[in-house]
Amino acid sequence: MVDAALKVEGVTAGYVPDLPILKEVTLTAQRGQVTVIIGPNGAGKSTLIKAIAGLVSLSAGRIIHEGADISGIRPDQLAGHGVSYVPQMDNIFRTLTIRQNLDLALRSAGAEAASRLDELYARFPPLAEKRNEKAGALSGGQRQFLAVAMALASKPSLILMDEPSAGLSPKAAQEVLECARGLAEQGVTILLVEQNVNQALRLSDYCFILAEGCNQVEGPAADLMNDPVVGEIYLGAKRVKSA
Amino acid sequence: MIQNLTDGILVGSILSLGAIGLTMVMHMLRFANFSHAELLSIGAYSALVFDAVFAAILPVLTAKIGPLSMTWALALSMILAVGTTAISALLIDRLIFRRVRDKGSELSMVFASFGVAMIIRNAMGLIFGLGTNLYSKDIVFAVVLSRDPLLLIKPDQVFALVAALAIMLVLHLILSRTTLGYALRAVAENPALAQVNGIRLSHMIMLVWLVGGGLAAIAGVFYGLTNQISPMIGRDLVLPIFAATIVGGIGSIYGAVLGGFIVGIAANMALAILPSGYSPSVPFLIILAVLLIRPNGLFGEERA
Repeated sequence: MVDAALKVEGVTAGYVPDLPILKEVTLTAQRGQVTVIIGPNGAGKSTLIKAIAGLVSLSAGRIIHEGADISGIRPDQLAGHGVSYVPQMDNIFRTLTIRQNLDLALRSAGAEAASRLDELYARFPPLAEKRNEKAGALSGGQRQFLAVAMALASKPSLILMDEPSAGLSPKAAQEVLECARGLAEQGVTILLVEQNVNQALRLSDYCFILAEGCNQVEGPAADLMNDPVVGEIYLGAKRVKSA
Repeated sequence: MIQNLTDGILVGSILSLGAIGLTMVMHMLRFANFSHAELLSIGAYSALVFDAVFAAILPVLTAKIGPLSMTWALALSMILAVGTTAISALLIDRLIFRRVRDKGSELSMVFASFGVAMIIRNAMGLIFGLGTNLYSKDIVFAVVLSRDPLLLIKPDQVFALVAALAIMLVLHLILSRTTLGYALRAVAENPALAQVNGIRLSHMIMLVWLVGGGLAAIAGVFYGLTNQISPMIGRDLVLPIFAATIVGGIGSIYGAVLGGFIVGIAANMALAILPSGYSPSVPFLIILAVLLIRPNGLFGEERA
């Protein structure tokens, strides 16, 4: 049985006062599932993720995670609430080594830091092999895995991912999205924004479609993928047919 | 020529200490802080005051340390000056820069920094007079290291260089071996990402002002030890310190160290070729050359 890990209730938010990008957006992410947010460019998908992460201030609405109101928390308090955020670009510290990136993410792990580091290396072997190399030297896919590893360092119950497949080769994109799927199967709630609609829908449980900062359509990912009206309006009919 | 090179290395170590704090502030807060060099002045004068107090209440501390003109009183005064200047830097941010940051643009911050520089410089002139001061009036003779080519060096200069290098080594160890150092580098590289990784930005900004102020105080005392103390220290050093920061690349602490030495050596080597009156123009030329050839400096990265 699944239940809501995250509830976004009527959130209005934007970067400039009185110019909201999100208008009363409502969303629910079920525990241990992958929930994807899709929509055309400028729909407010990334803004929604950033608002949940505390990087964009809310002018209305609230965000509830595991029963606690996390509306308007500082971004540095996210991990303390069991939430991790993987930004779209520049999501690792390029001038630090892989080990230093992970040590930084494990700062608050205390005595458990060493064992958690071993767990992360076991989960992502290429990171273990290159632990002393500068993170900036990693390939696009490996950078995403490092970003995910950093997100996992605090043992979150919810991971927010902003377009994790952006700029990656199809193979690397598939691996990253499968990694997200694998984490969900282990009980972590995943909320991701994706432009790679077909791949995202195949690997997701539930989907929200945003347009112009408002909720448009929602439903199980499999249903939306096969819905010709939704496909034509929001996803591009050809892409759905080819899926 | 070898004398100019040696003098350049000595001056470079002082510029490096000043440039480290400036590069961190410029990168993290995204504004050109023209008042940073005045922190060297605050450091130099704070040490002068503490030195006089120690000399008055504990005359035993006026004994010199080995061959240096530096006394135990001045050594202790330098430590207190580090604290005083670090707190001054933090107070300046709290009272002025943070308020401007919250309400104005980056350009407003630059103009505010000019204002802060003028206030500090004139306050120093009002309190201590416009003349020069010395930590020690005793004459310390330079040691002849070589007669052909002639190479003279004062023990104070060697001490300042060795101490500056030791401080840079400690800073390097902190930055490369501790999570606090990683956090500082992370904030310098990507403040938003650092925040979502649990780093509190306001604490890091506070730390940067404290570290920058402390290093500026040491640079100010070393400058006073090897030159003279005057309210114009900030005016005289602002350009070389900016040049060092730009050469190294804004945001790069290691770049600031290297930039300090490059500017110090270039300015002193120029004395061998140019009349001394033209020497202050060398940092200008370095800034122009770097901005034309490599706008992000030696270690700097393009920023959005």
